[in-house]
Amino acid sequence: MADMFAFAESRGGELRKVALETVTAARQAADATGGGTVTALVIGAPGIAGQAPALGRVGADKVLVVEHEALGNCLPEVYAATAAAVLAGGNFRGGFFSASAEGRDLAPRVAAKLKVSLASDVTGFRFDGDAMTATHPVYIGKAVVTERLMGTPAVISLRPSAVDAVETPRAGAVESTMPAMDPAAARVRVRETVAQKGASLDLGEAPVIVSGGRGLRAAENFKLVEDLAAAFGNAAVGATRAVTDDGWRAATDQIGQTGRVVSPDLYVAVGISGAVQHLAGMRTSRVIVAINKDKDAPIFKIADYGIVGDLFEVVPALTEEVKRVKGG
Amino acid sequence: MHLAVCIKRVPDTETRFTIAADGKSVDGTGLKYDMSDFDGYAVEVALQLAEKHEGSDVTVVSVGPDAVQETIRKALSMGATSGLQLRAADVPFDGFAIAQALAAELGEGKYDLILFGRNSTDSANGAVGVMTAELLDLPCVTAISELSIADDKGAARRELEGAAEIVEFPLPAVLTIDEGIARPRLPGLKGIMAAKKKPIEVRDAALGQPNLVIETMALPPERSSGRIVGEGADAVPELVRLLQTEAKVL
Repeated sequence: MADMFAFAESRGGELRKVALETVTAARQAADATGGGTVTALVIGAPGIAGQAPALGRVGADKVLVVEHEALGNCLPEVYAATAAAVLAGGNFRGGFFSASAEGRDLAPRVAAKLKVSLASDVTGFRFDGDAMTATHPVYIGKAVVTERLMGTPAVISLRPSAVDAVETPRAGAVESTMPAMDPAAARVRVRETVAQKGASLDLGEAPVIVSGGRGLRAAENFKLVEDLAAAFGNAAVGATRAVTDDGWRAATDQIGQTGRVVSPDLYVAVGISGAVQHLAGMRTSRVIVAINKDKDAPIFKIADYGIVGDLFEVVPALTEEVKRVKGG
Repeated sequence: MHLAVCIKRVPDTETRFTIAADGKSVDGTGLKYDMSDFDGYAVEVALQLAEKHEGSDVTVVSVGPDAVQETIRKALSMGATSGLQLRAADVPFDGFAIAQALAAELGEGKYDLILFGRNSTDSANGAVGVMTAELLDLPCVTAISELSIADDKGAARRELEGAAEIVEFPLPAVLTIDEGIARPRLPGLKGIMAAKKKPIEVRDAALGQPNLVIETMALPPERSSGRIVGEGADAVPELVRLLQTEAKVL
C-alpha cells in the first residue's frame, strides 16, 4: 500500500485533459501497490474548487485546492513550492506530473526541492520495492530506456496521452489549503497570456491530427489540410519543420524532434516524406495514414495505410468521403 | 553581461542506432557527435545578447570526457569567449547528478544569465537547467521562444499548448531555450581560427550521486509496415472503409 500524489493541471479555470491522465496514473500506481490513497492538488483562481469532482471521478481520494487571486496563471515558483510542501508533508511513494509545457517546468523544480531525481516524459511505470522503473523514449524516439529511479518520493512526469483517463470514482474529498509561498514574492511574473489564434483544438489533445509538408508546395494550399481537419471535426492541424521554417505555418504547429511530440488516435500525413526529424514527433500515433506521390517515401514505412498519388486529387476526395461518413 | 551557456555533446540523431553489447547504451561505433539541437539555439541567443550589450562575455560549459572540448570549440568558433569543461569520464543519465556539478561551478553571482537548451536530444530528460536554477535559488524561465533583456530585467515568451505567455523576471536568472528563437550561426573560417586560441579551462565535475539509472535500452517496437491501400483518389473509399472497420478511428 502506497500513497500517491498527482498535480492536476488547469488553465483558465478548467482542468486540462492531462490532469485527468495524471490522476488516473496515480490511481493505477496506488492500486498496483495494494491500494493506497491518491491526493490530487489543483491550483488556480477562486472557483477552481469546482473542478474537484472531476478529479474524484478519475480516482482522487482527496483533492487539495489552492485558490488565490494571483494564481489564475501558473507562477512556477509558487506552484512548485506548494507541490513540494504537500509531497514533503505526506508519506507519498510517488508524485505524478504531466510532461506538458507546465509539467516539464514544475516537475524538475519539485524534484530538486525534495533533493530527489526525476523520471521525465515517461510512457509507462512500475513500482517495485524501493525502486520505480519507468520507460522513457531517448534519442528522439529512436530508442527506449527502462530506467530505475531510486529514492522517495519518486517524482515522475508522464508523457501526455501515455495513460488514458479512466473513470474509477473515489471520494474526491475537497480540502482547501494555502500556497506554500506568498504569490507576491514570486520573482517570475506572468505579464500576459496570449491565446493561439485559430487553434481551437490543441495538437496534444486532438484525437486526430492532419499534418502537411512540403508536398503542398505553397502556404495557401494548407487550405486542403484545414478542410480535411474540419471534415473530421475533432482534428488539429500540424506541419513539418520545413513548412514552419518557411513561414507557411506558425512555429507552434511544428511536429517533430524540435517541435511537438504527439500521439493522436489518427495521424494523417499529407505531402510529408517522413524525415527523421518529423517521425520523432509522431511515430507513436496509434494509426498513421500517409498520402504522398512518391511510393518510396520513408513515411510509407511507418504508415498503417498509404495512398500513393497526387495529394491535390486525393485530399479533396478524402475530405468529401470523411464528410459523407461523418454526416451519415 | 556575463553569460554562461551549458551545452551537451550528443550523437547525431540522423544516425541509425544499434544497441551496444551491454544492453544499456547505443553502440558508439561510427557515431558522429555534435552539440545538442536546443543548445545550439541557446549559444546563438547568448551571442546575440553579448553583441547587444557591450563588454559582455560568453562562457560555454560542458560536462563530460575530453571529447566535449570539440563541442565547446564549436561554440567558441561561433563566437563564445571561453570554455569550461567539467571533466567526468561519463555523463550520468540522471539530470539531478549533472545539475549538482553545474550548480557547484555557476553560483556566487558569477553570471547574469545561465542558458540551457530546453532538453538534450539524447537522454531527453529536460531536467538539468531547471534543477540547476533550483540549486542556485535563481529565477528560472523554461522553453523560451522570444527574449529581451534590458536593465537587469528580462521578458520572455513561452509557448504552452494552445497558448503562450509573456513572463517578466529579474537578473540573474536561468533560462532554457526552445526552438524557433534564432537560427544558430554557422562558424566561419575566421571564427574557427580564432577559436583555436581561446581558452578552455578544465576542472573535475562534482557530480551528484546518480539515482536514476538505465537498466536496459532497446530499439522501439517496429511499426509493422502498413500497406498501400491504392493509388490516387480511387483508393479513398477503401481507405475510409479501413479506418472505420479495421482501425476503428472514424
